[in-house]
Amino acid sequence: MTDVSYQPDTTRGSLTDASGALLAADGTPLKKKLRQALAVSRRRAFLLVAPLLLFILASFAIPILLLLVQGVKDNTFSSIMPETTSVLREWDSNSEPTEEMAAAVVMDLISAKEISRSLPTKVGTRVNREVSGAISLFKKTTRKAPKMEAPFLAELYKVDKKWKDPAYWKAMKIASKTITPAYYAAAVDKKYLADGSFADQPEDRQIYVSLFVKTILVSGGVMLACVLLGFPVAYLLSHLPARQANLLMILVLLPFWTSLLVRTTAWIAMLQSAGVLNDIFVWIGITSDDQRFSLIYNMTGTIIAMTHILLPFMILPIYSVMKAIPPSHVRAAKSLGATNWTAFWRVYFPATIPGIGAGGLLVFILAIGYYITPALVGGQDGQLISNFIAYHMQKSLNWSLAAALGGILLILVLILYWLYDKIVGIDNMKLG
Amino acid sequence: MKRAILLAAASGIALTGSAYAADTITVVSWGGAYTKSQVEAYHKPWIAKTGNKIVSEDYNGGLAEVKAQVEAGNVTWDIVDVELSDAIRGCDEGLLEEIDHSVLPDAPDGTPATEDFIGLALHDCAVANIVWSTIYAYDGSKYNAFERPRSMADFFNTKKFPGKRGLRKSPKANLEMALVADGVAAADVYDILSTSEGVDRAFAKLDSIKDDVVWWEAGAQPPQLLADGEVKMTTAYNGRIFNAMASEGKPFEIVWDGQVFDVDLWAIPKGAPNKEAALDFLAFSTDTQRLADQAAWISYGPARKSSAPLVGAYNSDPDLAMGPHMPTAPGNFMNAIANGFEFWADNQDELNERFNAWLAS
Amino acid sequence: MSSLPPYTTTGQRIWHYTFLFICALIFIFLITPILIIAPLSFNAEPYFSFTDGMLGFESEAYSTRWYKDILVNGMSDPTQPNNWGVFWDWFWKALSPFHTAPPSFYTDAWENAQWIRAMRNSFFIGFFATMIAVTLGTLAAIGLSRSEMPARGAIMSLLISPLIVPLVVTAAGMFYFYSTNFNPDSWLNGNPDASSWILAQTYAGVILAHAALGTPFVIITVTATLVGFDKSLVRAGASMGAGPAKTFWKIQMPLILPGVVSGGLFAFITSFDEVVAVLFLAGPEHRTIPRQMYSGIREQISPTILAVATILVILSVILLATLELLRRRSERLRGLSPS
Repeated sequence: MTDVSYQPDTTRGSLTDASGALLAADGTPLKKKLRQALAVSRRRAFLLVAPLLLFILASFAIPILLLLVQGVKDNTFSSIMPETTSVLREWDSNSEPTEEMAAAVVMDLISAKEISRSLPTKVGTRVNREVSGAISLFKKTTRKAPKMEAPFLAELYKVDKKWKDPAYWKAMKIASKTITPAYYAAAVDKKYLADGSFADQPEDRQIYVSLFVKTILVSGGVMLACVLLGFPVAYLLSHLPARQANLLMILVLLPFWTSLLVRTTAWIAMLQSAGVLNDIFVWIGITSDDQRFSLIYNMTGTIIAMTHILLPFMILPIYSVMKAIPPSHVRAAKSLGATNWTAFWRVYFPATIPGIGAGGLLVFILAIGYYITPALVGGQDGQLISNFIAYHMQKSLNWSLAAALGGILLILVLILYWLYDKIVGIDNMKLG
Repeated sequence: MKRAILLAAASGIALTGSAYAADTITVVSWGGAYTKSQVEAYHKPWIAKTGNKIVSEDYNGGLAEVKAQVEAGNVTWDIVDVELSDAIRGCDEGLLEEIDHSVLPDAPDGTPATEDFIGLALHDCAVANIVWSTIYAYDGSKYNAFERPRSMADFFNTKKFPGKRGLRKSPKANLEMALVADGVAAADVYDILSTSEGVDRAFAKLDSIKDDVVWWEAGAQPPQLLADGEVKMTTAYNGRIFNAMASEGKPFEIVWDGQVFDVDLWAIPKGAPNKEAALDFLAFSTDTQRLADQAAWISYGPARKSSAPLVGAYNSDPDLAMGPHMPTAPGNFMNAIANGFEFWADNQDELNERFNAWLAS
Repeated sequence: MSSLPPYTTTGQRIWHYTFLFICALIFIFLITPILIIAPLSFNAEPYFSFTDGMLGFESEAYSTRWYKDILVNGMSDPTQPNNWGVFWDWFWKALSPFHTAPPSFYTDAWENAQWIRAMRNSFFIGFFATMIAVTLGTLAAIGLSRSEMPARGAIMSLLISPLIVPLVVTAAGMFYFYSTNFNPDSWLNGNPDASSWILAQTYAGVILAHAALGTPFVIITVTATLVGFDKSLVRAGASMGAGPAKTFWKIQMPLILPGVVSGGLFAFITSFDEVVAVLFLAGPEHRTIPRQMYSGIREQISPTILAVATILVILSVILLATLELLRRRSERLRGLSPS
């Protein structure tokens, strides 16, 4: 900024050129000079941001983009079974399997096994995602493959009758596609078929759509609970004298600054069967000792703990909005004859909407991606979509399905983020 | 300010400097009382003998973590305690290193190691340390003497014995127990399970108690669930229940009917960073004395015949003989199922998948 | 609010006290869980609930054994002598750069105890992640608050997004990306035996992840202090002959320092509290305190976790006090009246 400072030059007589345009001290037209100066300061500003931008791109944005690509790309089958892949491309997926196809499968399995024993199982696992029973089929076939002789189709039938079932060949054809919508389809309970169409998953496998709905409902419920609990507290804090408000503010900020794990642990101690809350219920006689409530390791536990953890994110924005509402507005309303309720509902409350919106969206965005708390206190029915993403990343090792589920979740969150930016503006995000 | 940072950095270097001189191996096991028994019997004497260090990591069984590490080409585990079916599968799929059995020490009387280990204990990629069992248990103080659960059928009978049940979040052992409860003889369990009708039958039996089930994953959870009154009965690894009874005085009772017994083995993931040290640890921890020592900490049977006569009493209670609490003690072994490791090695993936879909639906 | 004016009606009074009662319940909801863990952590028995003895305030029902367990758990020989004399002796020897301290109780605890290791990892990772986040974040915030910054809105949204994107998605993406071998010999020449330059399951990987998660906080807090920043101060400095570096360190930095420090605190606490990225990216020897707590809770809730939790709450109280002091200092410096 210092370089553009204007230095008056009194030694020159003329500050304009022939056409009358203003000139800078060194004789260039002022407009041009200003544009140059602006470009310089733009570049400077950008250079200040550039290191972080590069860092975030490399360590955060690119990894996520690659993950999304992983959701539509899967070269497991085509890289391990190249022959089969090219033969299957010609197959119309309705006619009988041919000898050529069988030979390709056998050859591919033999050469894959020579590279590593783990490769045939990898292929089996990939095909198994399309049709159950493929892992053991591939294992068995790989074991016998080196001793096989033409005709291979008959040899395959001898190993296992499953090879007569066209479903396995169709599944291989689906798996052989490197760019595939199969995983995004699976993430919305659809099945990608060999002929390129989609069908519903069998009923007992349809879990993800209802899971997304459940996640959204839980996030909405937590948001609502946070509004209901946060609003009165923010109102009280913003109307108390500074000293008392600061003291009570500690009760909001302490949970905010306390580790998530600590608070989750604390809720286990509160909610479990032998926990504090049940002890109190038994003591005051709401329930008996052997009929204690199940408050944890289910949806109830998830919602209570999440509400507690996210409540400060709701209180703080509402509080800062309420602080800025001049008390004279309500007084004016009352002096004009409004009842307490009308003054509150028609004058005060609408002024707090920006705070509720900001807090609500933030809580919703954070809740929809929650993982740790449901994993620890959710039991079986308290699991949310994030838990299934982690499950497919770490346990079933179906990384592509995890990527597809994550992609859908990410799109949901980005829509909400965009809304947040429109309504609240990210510049106005405040902390503490 | 600058000086303070320098000082802190220097002391940090000084304090950490000596930490990584020797080999550090990552030993992965099942946590809780079981890992504790291994720490006491294996880790501590090995650290004292070699000067190496051990990072102890817990997991809940299965090959997923090993597979993820091998496939990502970034293995951090050096040695892991696996079930037999996983050892077979891992070996088949090239996830585990092959182990040369000649590194295993002979028994004190000179019997070669290959003859000293019990059947099934030595595998191409793994060496067994213990025999353990999945049983079910209940809190004795919650039932009067005449109305106690005695059979596997009682576990699945929520009319006669109301209350929540704890089950491991895995099809393993659950399907077998469901069939036994449904009237299948222990010897026929895997014949029936090998048919799709048999699998349907087992799931149908599980379905009958699904609403009352609290699922556990870590072996340390079942005794906790019982102690906290979160469940009335739970399946568990027998040693965990024994330890809660022996060291914490819990009034738990084990029902041995329909127990599913198995061996646990040490295996080394393919590409383990400290393979040599891990192999040394493996040979050291499966010698006669170490296996007998472990039995003083948890009620799992040693995998070497020569260890059996050395098994004595519980570590903190000289009057508590360990023998009668082992899964293989004659009184406990009446209706036992030998874990069908071949069945699970072949069908685990598909049954897991079905189990998870069943859970989520 | 605290005292009602004399003209309030009975109905208003009832409503007023009902409102206060509701607020009190909400405050109880907020704070009880955090307070309840402290007494529970002194349980003499390995349970997670109040025993009859504890409720009867019997002294035998309380003990500090779980605090000792933090120190001892994982040690190879916890029976060595352990007192302040041994401790200071070890401490001074450990500080000296050329020490050859014999293994003692504290060397053992420092190197082997699980929670101590986790604590060391947490501070180590947190320190470097915070340094990266604060350096890059402060520079970027200064750039972003200049009106000349091109594509300001879009870049700001991108830089804040680590705060918004679900952690599981972030961690999964990082796990996938950081597991690739960055050795050029591997991805250019396809050499399968190229030495591995893999970020996953290293300290560096976790530090980079945490730095990325911490930067949005630094940007937000520093930008907030720059809003009230009077640019004529910089010009005044420059007109008196100070170079850009000098104006930055002598004029701008002292004024935005509260924002930088509180952003740094946010970044540190983010790293200190983060467990999802650690679950995906860290190996067994890089376990942090929350990671250790996570597996502890999944496995078996021993009161040791409560003891650790109590210590963490005390740390949060200290942190809260520091932040409050900073806020006051910032307001004083910027000439705003303390509220």
